[in-house]
Amino acid sequence: MIESITIIGGRGKNGQPEPVERIELKMGNVASIVGPTGSGKTTFINDIEMFADADTPSMRRVLINGERPPREFRNDPSKNPIALITQHTTFLSDLPVGEFLEAHATVRAASGKHPDDMIERTIAFANQLTGEPVGLDVRMTELSGGQTRALLIADATVICDTPIVLLDEVENAGIDRTRCLELLRMQRKVFIFVTHDPRIALLSDFRIVIAEGRVMKILGTNAAERQLATKVSRLDDVLSRLRDKLRVGQALSGDELEGTLA
Amino acid sequence: MKIAICSGPPTTGKTSVLRHAIRKLIDKGERCAFLKIDVQFAEEDEQLAAEFGIPTRKVYSGELCPDHCSVMVLGDAIQWADENDCTILLVETAGLCLRCAPYVDGGLGICVLEATSGMNLPLKVGPMLSLADVTVVTKGDLVSQAEREVFRARIQDVAPMTQIREANALYGIGIDPLVEAILETPDAHENLLLRGSPPVGTCTICVGKKEVGWQAHCGVVRALDNQNYYRGQ
Repeated sequence: MIESITIIGGRGKNGQPEPVERIELKMGNVASIVGPTGSGKTTFINDIEMFADADTPSMRRVLINGERPPREFRNDPSKNPIALITQHTTFLSDLPVGEFLEAHATVRAASGKHPDDMIERTIAFANQLTGEPVGLDVRMTELSGGQTRALLIADATVICDTPIVLLDEVENAGIDRTRCLELLRMQRKVFIFVTHDPRIALLSDFRIVIAEGRVMKILGTNAAERQLATKVSRLDDVLSRLRDKLRVGQALSGDELEGTLA
Repeated sequence: MKIAICSGPPTTGKTSVLRHAIRKLIDKGERCAFLKIDVQFAEEDEQLAAEFGIPTRKVYSGELCPDHCSVMVLGDAIQWADENDCTILLVETAGLCLRCAPYVDGGLGICVLEATSGMNLPLKVGPMLSLADVTVVTKGDLVSQAEREVFRARIQDVAPMTQIREANALYGIGIDPLVEAILETPDAHENLLLRGSPPVGTCTICVGKKEVGWQAHCGVVRALDNQNYYRGQ
């Protein structure tokens, strides 16, 4: 059973040690990684996904349940407790969606799960996130950016179904973000979001602040921020509705924002 | 002396993988020699010699298949590395025809593939992969985790015994397991034998005759609609 993941600090881009020496995430924690573009947010979650052991340029180390993880986590995907949803908006794999998901379900083969059932559920999950439904016979390379991200999130949630999930800028995905967060938050896992999105950041228990390749500080979401989160969500929903109206070619009446800015 | 032979399709990062391995091997007190076998252009030998000050050489196979060439020159190369007082000979080949593999029994066979090359690549590269002891997968950061894992499974289908190691050849991440595998390789014995059977390499195409169509060739030939047969002059 995985109960916690710990990141032991290393050094930044210019070789200076990280001010935050140790971060421990427990099951059920949701964290956001924030920081300017190019500050090392993706590197941070890549270190986690690789179970860095002072063997990456950052010299960070990752512990599971307080101990050095066994090598099989890296070498046997069926034992890997981490799912990583990268920023990729295209697949390079030339297989049809169904064939790919079947192969991945076999690779991740958690006991007692039936691959056919998993593939169906993965597609159903993905199609809740994207406006253009994904079919089993479509080639992966033909999927749009939004379909690709929706499928990656669905694959990580249904097929990988790992206790630790890393998501790299899910807001850029061209998917239904609100629905995505709802679906993800229904599960008790460690979620680590790389994000620039206030809504996602305020949903987290705390924010890991990165600059120049170093974790500078950890900010817990305070009471005022939690209150603000509700308003930010409302504002965000309004913007989403505006976006949807524009997408389907409707004219805006001008009173869409009424009441939300109060 | 230990022998490690590295092959893989062009641009997969063979030299980058070996560069990081050489750095780590030197740190551990080993003395490396490097031989590059390529068809018509290579400068890796000069780069590695400049970077590490180790003995390096290259051979252009020209009209000969590079893997045939490697078979021809490997004996001399071992002697050369020995004369230079080296403990490890690293050979990099550009195996191109995908019908044979340059690996020898008693040496380590390393195949380098890139995760970006499509899910069917493992099915296409033949003995270069299926006979490898270690398969290093590069460029994993360019594809999703899901694709990386399916690619890995496809490799394992073709080569159940190969040890798959994912590596970032730019930064040298994930190279340690390869270095360990090289260090665990026993010293090569005399009378080395190729691990796999090479295809027949005595046809007139092999030795540089350019005409298209079997009618222009002698030796073992085949037409579209029949099996291989021997055609004398």
